[in-house]
Amino acid sequence: MTVTSEPSSESAEATPQFEKAAQRKESRRGFLLALPSYLYLIIFFVIPLAIVLVYSFATRNRFGGTDLSGWNLASYERIAEPIVRTILFRSLWLAFLTTIICLLIAYPFAYFLATRRPAIRNVMLVFVMIPFWTNFLVRNFAWRVILGNDGPLTKTTEFLGLGTHELLFSQKAVVLGLVYGYLPFMILPLYAAIERIDGQLIEASRDLYGSGWQSFRNVLLPLSMPGVIAGSILVFIPSLGAYVTPEILGGAKTTLLGSYIVTQFLTARNWPFGAALSFVLMAIMLVGTVIYFRKGGRTL
Amino acid sequence: MSTAVEPRGWAKAALHINGWLVYIFFYAPIALLVLFSFSDNRNVGIWGGFTLDWYQDFFDSSNARGALSNSVKIAIVVTIISVILGTMAALALERFTFKGKKVFDALLYLPIIIPDVTMAVMLLLFFGEFFDVLDMLFGLQLRKGFWSITISHIAFNISFVSVIVRARLSGMNTNLEEAAVDLYASRWKAFRHVTLPQIVPGIAGGALLAMTLSLDDVVITQFVTGPGWTTLPVYVFGLIRKGVTPLINSISVIMLLASMILVVLSLFAERARRGG
Repeated sequence: MTVTSEPSSESAEATPQFEKAAQRKESRRGFLLALPSYLYLIIFFVIPLAIVLVYSFATRNRFGGTDLSGWNLASYERIAEPIVRTILFRSLWLAFLTTIICLLIAYPFAYFLATRRPAIRNVMLVFVMIPFWTNFLVRNFAWRVILGNDGPLTKTTEFLGLGTHELLFSQKAVVLGLVYGYLPFMILPLYAAIERIDGQLIEASRDLYGSGWQSFRNVLLPLSMPGVIAGSILVFIPSLGAYVTPEILGGAKTTLLGSYIVTQFLTARNWPFGAALSFVLMAIMLVGTVIYFRKGGRTL
Repeated sequence: MSTAVEPRGWAKAALHINGWLVYIFFYAPIALLVLFSFSDNRNVGIWGGFTLDWYQDFFDSSNARGALSNSVKIAIVVTIISVILGTMAALALERFTFKGKKVFDALLYLPIIIPDVTMAVMLLLFFGEFFDVLDMLFGLQLRKGFWSITISHIAFNISFVSVIVRARLSGMNTNLEEAAVDLYASRWKAFRHVTLPQIVPGIAGGALLAMTLSLDDVVITQFVTGPGWTTLPVYVFGLIRKGVTPLINSISVIMLLASMILVVLSLFAERARRGG
C-alpha cells in the first residue's frame, strides 16, 4: 500500500523528501511488526539449528556425553557403515513406496472429487479434512488394534477362509500406517491442481479421437503435475522422518531414519551421530523443497 | 470454470468404487477404535459386551488426568502467543515492505517443512546448552517442563498461524483500508476497525490449527519435556510402547473427540472466511 500514514502528510506540496520519510516510517512499522516473531525464530529455531550443526562435528566421549572441542567428520563417515546404510536405504524405499501408493489411490480419488457437483464436492472435501485434523498418534493406534492378535482383521480373514495374517510389526504394517496417516496430504494438493484444469481441454482431446489413456497421459497428467509433485513431497518427507508409526506398528526390522535418530539421543546416547543424521534428513528435505518451488508450487 | 469431464463406462465405475473405498479406509479404523473402547474385554480388538469401565479407568487415573490438564494448559498458552506473533508476522509480510523481508519469509516456512524429528533434536540440544549457560551466568537451575514445551510448540505454530492469516489477508481487497486512511483514520484505527474484523475468520482458523497441533504433538514434546512432566499424547505413546491396554482405547477416543470438536469449529471459521 502506498498510503500516507498521517493526516498532516496530506498537505498539498508533499515534497519527495517528505514522501521518502513516510516510506521509511512504513518500512520501520513493517519491521517492528515482524520483529517479535523474527527474534523468536532466530532464538528458538536458527540458534538450535546451528547447535545441531556444531554437535554433528563433535565427538562422543566415554560417558555418553559430548566433547565439543576438536571437530571432525567421524559422525558423517559413519553413514557409510553397512547398518546405517541399510536403515537409510530402507527409509528411502519405504517412504518411496508410501508416496507411490498414496499417489495411486489419491489421483483417481482427486479426479473423482473434481467431477462431483460443487455442493457434494464440498461435503466430500470436509470428510477428507477430518482425518487430516485428527490426532496422528490415535489414528496409528487404531491400526494397532485392527492388526492385533485376534483383532478384527484376523476375524475377517478367518471368516473368509483366508487364514491368519502376520502384518503387525512388519514393514507392510508401517507402510499401511504411513499411507493412512499421510493420504490427505496427497489428496488435497492433487485435488487443487485437477480442479483448476479446464475440462474443455480434455473434451477437446477426446473430440480429436484421443483415447481415454491418451487424454490422461498427454493432457490431464501434465496439467496436474504441480499437484503430483506437491503431494509427493508432502508425503515423502514426513514418511522419511517417521518415528511414531514405526514405533507403534513396526518391529525390530523396521527401524527407519526417524526412529534411528531418536535412538541415538534417548538410548544410545551418541548425540554427535544423531545430530549428523538429523542434518542428512534435513538436507533431503531441503532438496525436495527446492524442487517443489522450482516446479512452480507455491502453497504448502 | 467448467468441471472436469467424468469418464464413461468401466472407468467411471472404477472411480466411484475407489472413492468409496477411500472413505471406508479413512473411517473404518476410527469407527472400530470407538467401538472397541466400549468393549468389555481386556484384549483390545475383541468384542466382549458393552462397558464404560475403560472410561472410568481414565477418570480414576490421576496420571492420565494430570497429563490431560498439562496438555490443555500448554495448548492455551501456545495458541494465544502463536496467534499474536503469527498475525503480526502475516501483516508485516502482506502489507509492508521492509529490509530483510525475504529472509524472514523463507525463515517462516522452515518450521513447517522441517521433519519433526529434526526439530525435536534441535530443541533438545538447545535447551541443554541454554540451561547450562543460564546456570553458569546466573546460577539459575531451570528444568525442562511446561515452559520448554510451550516455547517449542510456539516455535512451529507461529509459521502455521501466519500462513493461514496471510491467505486471508492476500485475498482481501485493500480499498477499504485505503479509504479509511484517506478519511483520516490513523493506521492503527484503520487496522482495528477495518482490517481486523475482516481477518478474524483467518485468525480463528490459525488459532484452531495451532491448538490442534499443540494438543497432538508427540515427537517434539517428548524431547523437550522434563521429569514429572508429561502431556496426554506423550503419556499415551509411553503406554502403547509398554503394551496395549483398553485404557489406551478410551484415552484415544477422548483425544479423538477433542480433535473432532476442533475440526467442526474450524469448519465454521472456514465458512466465515469464504463468506467474507
